Amino acid sequence: MDRRSFLRAGATALLLPASALRAQAQAQVVVIGGGFGGATAIRYLREFAPRARITLVEPNAEFIACPMSNRTLHGMLSVRDLARPYADFSARHGITWVRDSVTGIDPQKREIALGGSKKLFYDRLIVAPGVDFVCDRLKGMESAAARDQILHAWKAGDQTVALRNRLHALPDGATIAMHIPKVPYRCPPGPYERASLIAYHLKTNRPKSKLLVFDANPEIQSKRDLYLQAWKTHYAGILEYVPNAEVASVDAGSNTVDFSVHGKVQAKLWNIIPPQRAGQVARGAGLANVGERWCGVDFLSYESTAVKNIHVLGDAIAGSPGMPKSAHMANQEAKVCAAAIAQMLAGQAPVAKVAIANTCYSFVTHRDAIHVAAVYRYDLASKQMVAAKGAGGLSSEASAVEGIYAMAWFGNIMSDTLG
Amino acid sequence: MSGPKVGCGGSQARRAAALLTLSVLAGNTGAQTANLEIRLMAASCAACHGFDGKSTGVGLPLAGQSAEALTAKLLGFKSGSIKSTVMQQHAKGYTDPELTSLAEHFSKIK
Repeated sequence: MDRRSFLRAGATALLLPASALRAQAQAQVVVIGGGFGGATAIRYLREFAPRARITLVEPNAEFIACPMSNRTLHGMLSVRDLARPYADFSARHGITWVRDSVTGIDPQKREIALGGSKKLFYDRLIVAPGVDFVCDRLKGMESAAARDQILHAWKAGDQTVALRNRLHALPDGATIAMHIPKVPYRCPPGPYERASLIAYHLKTNRPKSKLLVFDANPEIQSKRDLYLQAWKTHYAGILEYVPNAEVASVDAGSNTVDFSVHGKVQAKLWNIIPPQRAGQVARGAGLANVGERWCGVDFLSYESTAVKNIHVLGDAIAGSPGMPKSAHMANQEAKVCAAAIAQMLAGQAPVAKVAIANTCYSFVTHRDAIHVAAVYRYDLASKQMVAAKGAGGLSSEASAVEGIYAMAWFGNIMSDTLG
Repeated sequence: MSGPKVGCGGSQARRAAALLTLSVLAGNTGAQTANLEIRLMAASCAACHGFDGKSTGVGLPLAGQSAEALTAKLLGFKSGSIKSTVMQQHAKGYTDPELTSLAEHFSKIK
């Protein structure tokens, strides 16, 4: 190499990082969905690629968190405690918020079509749509009238308020019933927390009432022994748990559910949590390549295994075995994704040493909570997230201290996600 | 995984320059990667401990703690010498050097 080309090399050495930074700054990142996955991704894109141009597409005026929404059922919290407005969030972080719905994604043109006939271009797209309910798998739940009558309350908001109001309007002595779908569904321990807190309400305010919990699964799907202990201690004679209960059909008009094995069960109030799959936005874009329900991703970047330049986060993904569909996991995945996108926009590979965690608290009374925790690390050989050996575990027992930690967790994850 | 296309001339000099650039930056990039790895692991902690380890309420703040004290705590959780409900279960998922680096990271945040 002569002196002149050496000098040019030196100049290029100074230029290359700058060009990479420029690429990052000029990049257009669009995020569809402002939940625990999407909003956290925005927050951390601001950290890892501070100058990237970010657009959030989200039709709702505010985010309403699902975690802690079961606590509204017996009155410890209001749905207002779970809400955060997008206007404040987008202003704080200097992003463009498009209050619209996505009607289609064109991965070739890297273009998103919106309901209001506008189009958006992206360099990198993050799809975080959450879950849709698969009501056509529940015979009798196809009509809108049936779905008004039998609430899911599995997306926090109006249905949560309605379920609380209907529950509290019931006279003492009424039978209430719940149904839990087969895994995978959003928040594995959530239905059992709901059962506990409905039972707490009954024990406190309607002591002659009963709660029947029909589970399509063969057993409690998370924190099993802790729930069984809490139910034995607090809700004997109030809460009855029935495993292996698959719904054959629903008659919403008479509040009756027909089970394949257990026959017909009528209740004054039914809460049916329907089977779930990745949100329509993801399925419509061809991202749901795992059983036509969930989206396969590369766990170092959360880039779709089906479509380049599109990343998928949260409940919509097909996680590695053992990875739950939880708010905490969505928050964690989003950070890995944000760092990876920053690297990729600068022409570099995502970091390969990745450790993320899950911490999930559930209340079993108005005051006492239990947790499950795990650390997942990226395994180069299997390309999966694998639970770190020796780490993770459950509460030794339900306690008020864990109830305080649960609310601390909630405050901090909400500010980490939407602060 | 396609990044943006960085314009590249075909001349040999340019190719040589790019190679030299890579080697010049290699040391620096290694440090940057290690730094990003720790920043990303630290970001994981924020879900319970607040953005940048600045807790909003009852949760325990990490930002601004002394690196020595925080390292001792994390290693104590890992070994079980310090009792906890959940932290022992998290700490066991990380190597000792990772826990030390995380403590150093949070100690620098004011």
